[in-house]
Amino acid sequence: MSPSHFDYASPATLPEAIALFAEYGARARILAGGTDLLARIERGQIAADLLVSLQRIEALRAISFDSGEGLSIGAAARLAEVAEHTDVRVHYPVLAEAISLMATPQIRNMGTIAGNIGNGSPCADSVPVLIAVSATAEIVGPGGVRRAAVGDLFRGPGLLALDPNEFLVRVHLPPPPANTGFAFKKLPARTAVDVAAVNVGAMVAADQGRCKEVRLILGAVGPTPLRAARSEALLAGRVLDDTLISEAGVLAAEDARPISDVRASAAHRRAMVAVLVRRALLAAAEQAGIRVQSNGGSSS
Amino acid sequence: MKKLIRLQVNGDVRDVAVEPWRRLVDVLREDLRLTGTKKACGDGDCGACTVIIDGRTVLSCLTLAVAVEGADIRTIEGVAESREALHPVQAAFVEHGAIQCGYCTPGMTMSAKFLLSRNRTPTDLEIRTGISGNLCRCTGYAQIVSAIRAAADRMRAEQPSTGTASEGKG
Repeated sequence: MSPSHFDYASPATLPEAIALFAEYGARARILAGGTDLLARIERGQIAADLLVSLQRIEALRAISFDSGEGLSIGAAARLAEVAEHTDVRVHYPVLAEAISLMATPQIRNMGTIAGNIGNGSPCADSVPVLIAVSATAEIVGPGGVRRAAVGDLFRGPGLLALDPNEFLVRVHLPPPPANTGFAFKKLPARTAVDVAAVNVGAMVAADQGRCKEVRLILGAVGPTPLRAARSEALLAGRVLDDTLISEAGVLAAEDARPISDVRASAAHRRAMVAVLVRRALLAAAEQAGIRVQSNGGSSS
Repeated sequence: MKKLIRLQVNGDVRDVAVEPWRRLVDVLREDLRLTGTKKACGDGDCGACTVIIDGRTVLSCLTLAVAVEGADIRTIEGVAESREALHPVQAAFVEHGAIQCGYCTPGMTMSAKFLLSRNRTPTDLEIRTGISGNLCRCTGYAQIVSAIRAAADRMRAEQPSTGTASEGKG
């Protein structure tokens, strides 16, 4: 077959899809929204013998919320459906916001969260949010079902810690914890529809006005989404003020490993990490009910 | 190997035999001779190929024809209610000079129609966001935004209901 030619299957049940992947392995790809995969096949960057759509598997189109289990998003649910869903808007508005900042209306009507993860792109906009909220991916394969933290899936650009015959079926977000705020900040390369030059996801948990715990994820500034571990450690257990938050931004910028490419130079990316981290921390802290002390430090 | 599929385009049932890798835009234009939908970049950037599937705008250059079997596909040819009357979005594009070379117009029209099916009172910013997936190579965006604003006014005047009837598919 020509590299841009492939067969197509749209199984009605999950066991059929699993059987196809068991048979084809790396020669099969999931066709989610197709917005990246089909473009890359057209350019000859990816070849596949079989594309498997999950759209006919009704259970994988579902988005549901349960106060014990949290939010569950099927792999076939479109990004726009996720962002518009009442349970998402009520319990995880940060995810709806991140999606609304992605690409264009058409791409959001086509693409999926599972596809955004599955591409393994270090600049995927949903991923810093999913890691910030401690989301897990439900993965199936011939051996059965397993769950993995979304943050543990990334191995490098386009590389996921998945076997060739495994694929994502759902993403789970735990119930939103009390006294906790989440934020997402993005600097698109040029216009609003562009891929991120830098993006940041943040979680701030409060305990009696102090910052109990922080999770900070930097996107598009390394081969995978990065945890800003030194910034997280700096803020844990502290009373937050402007200076401390700026320091966290500086540390995160130091820990970023950006490259220069068509979207932005490494130096610009690094400088913007400090800015976006500061803004994300302030927004998440405010949501968590923390009053950040102003001590004349810089703000933006 | 071709697959025999049944497409539902603008309410008509069309049986076609297509290879699994063929994009919807090519099948619409070459097999069904619905050449109103344009193909420009073929890479998901420009929005010229925008059609409405099950009530949502999608890029037909990044959609496999075999993947939309049984779905409700709407193209620019099915937007007007009759051959004589233009859709309010189309009429407003003509009145406001929102068409220059015309290549983006079908896709722009579909995006405008989708926007107005969800938001009867869009602000200019919401209109601009609504067409953010459609490039006009003549850069005549100001007229396009004016046209969509005028179409919204006219559609509200013609259908002053609370709006659920006009939402979603169509």
